[in-house]
Amino acid sequence: MSERLADWTRGEEAIIYQACASCGHVQYFHRGFCAACGASDPREARASGKGRVYATSLVCRAATPETRAHVPYNILLVDCAEGFRMMAHGENGLAIGDEVIAGFRPFAGKLVPFFSKGK
Amino acid sequence: MSFVTGVGLTSFGKHEGSSSLDLMSRAAQAALDDAGLKRPDIDGILCGYSTVSPHIMLATVFAEHFGIRPSYAHAVQVGGATGLAMTMLAHHLVGAGVARNVLVVAGENRLTGQSRDASIQALAQVGHPDYEVPLGPTIPAYYGLVATRYMHEYGVTEEDLAEFAVLMRAHACTHPGAQFHDPITIADVMASKPVAMPLKLLDCCPVSDGGAAFVIGRESTGEAGVRIRGCAQAHTHQHVTVAPGLSELGAEISIARAREATGLAISDVRYAAIYDSFTITLAMLLEDLGLAGRGEAAARVRSGHFSRDGAMPLNTHGGLLSYGHCGVGGAMAHLVEAHLQMTGRAANRQVRDASIALLHGDGGVLSSHVSMFLERVR
Repeated sequence: MSERLADWTRGEEAIIYQACASCGHVQYFHRGFCAACGASDPREARASGKGRVYATSLVCRAATPETRAHVPYNILLVDCAEGFRMMAHGENGLAIGDEVIAGFRPFAGKLVPFFSKGK
Repeated sequence: MSFVTGVGLTSFGKHEGSSSLDLMSRAAQAALDDAGLKRPDIDGILCGYSTVSPHIMLATVFAEHFGIRPSYAHAVQVGGATGLAMTMLAHHLVGAGVARNVLVVAGENRLTGQSRDASIQALAQVGHPDYEVPLGPTIPAYYGLVATRYMHEYGVTEEDLAEFAVLMRAHACTHPGAQFHDPITIADVMASKPVAMPLKLLDCCPVSDGGAAFVIGRESTGEAGVRIRGCAQAHTHQHVTVAPGLSELGAEISIARAREATGLAISDVRYAAIYDSFTITLAMLLEDLGLAGRGEAAARVRSGHFSRDGAMPLNTHGGLLSYGHCGVGGAMAHLVEAHLQMTGRAANRQVRDASIALLHGDGGVLSSHVSMFLERVR
């Protein structure tokens, strides 16, 4: 199996996705196989960070002391240019359909993707 | 063929000092009494889970505690769909001759047994541990995401969603066992504290203590029998990040399968018992199931369609939103109420005709679905 590229879930400022060499399926959650056709070793690639807002929810009531320090924070689902959807944080004013670009910010002791309005 | 031969339900709210096993036992005893059965008559047990008292073998823990030595027993875990999933399994076990009388039971001291934060935190773990949970979402946030998208695509407003909270509260006000008995208005819902926008406190079900149980058996007992006409499931995803588009969600798939299995149509349904963890959940499921047109469910609430005296009475006990939500037992209360309605025992809440009921449960973030038709037989 090829070496796994580090991404934000491992503290790196990067969003990584996988594309299947056999069937072309694109997936965001890392696996050692393609969830569509089962082929092993999907190709890993670094995403551009460009996308479009699919949904938003401004969290005003958090459940832990660490996350409560950040309220309100905007949770997004973003449709990324490479064809996968991801959950992330973003600017509070973002609306569905907005073109966005990824950055990274610390949140509750970890690094998380944070999307801002693109040009 | 199988029948719901007995039902039991505790009040929901605070049961200070009661454990999950206590609440399960109370509901189970009520269900046995209702079915006219004794402990030795029960040869199958299916139970839900307890987030307060997790155990790898809860069904046998309960069986020992309650005093039953069944020939078939295990727990089932499908989130909010667990109650109907257990009922579906019991239906098939009875039909296959594996058991004669299956006790389906759940109960949890979710309100007094742990802090609200602990409940919210435990439930948020249905999210992906690497790609979602580190972002600090809560269950209301997962459903908040679905809500903004649904509102965007179908022109539904926050005031529309508030209608469902007001309706469920109005129904709860007529049930002595409900957690909440103070009527609320649209303005109250709109002014309630923001939780995960667009969802505000009164758009969300509460955390409750409570228990529910039923017996699924081969023979009908009592004057009016309630038969499980047929049921089906659909599971499209676990995490909201990979949920399919709004037009391809599991509720539409499971109801299509259940309609095919029973030969029934939505126009045959006289009573609806639909999962309502949040106002958006209820709005979407009603529309996915075909009980209202796309974006039209709120208008149907306003016109009285889903009220006790309306054409399609819905969750006349007050639902999760106002009867309360104690985990697996929460959505089982919907079936208990449907049974009372179908057997003419719903007292001041009795509807005119509940001859055929449609029940629907949802687990995760619209991840797991169970649709079920119940039919009254003489």
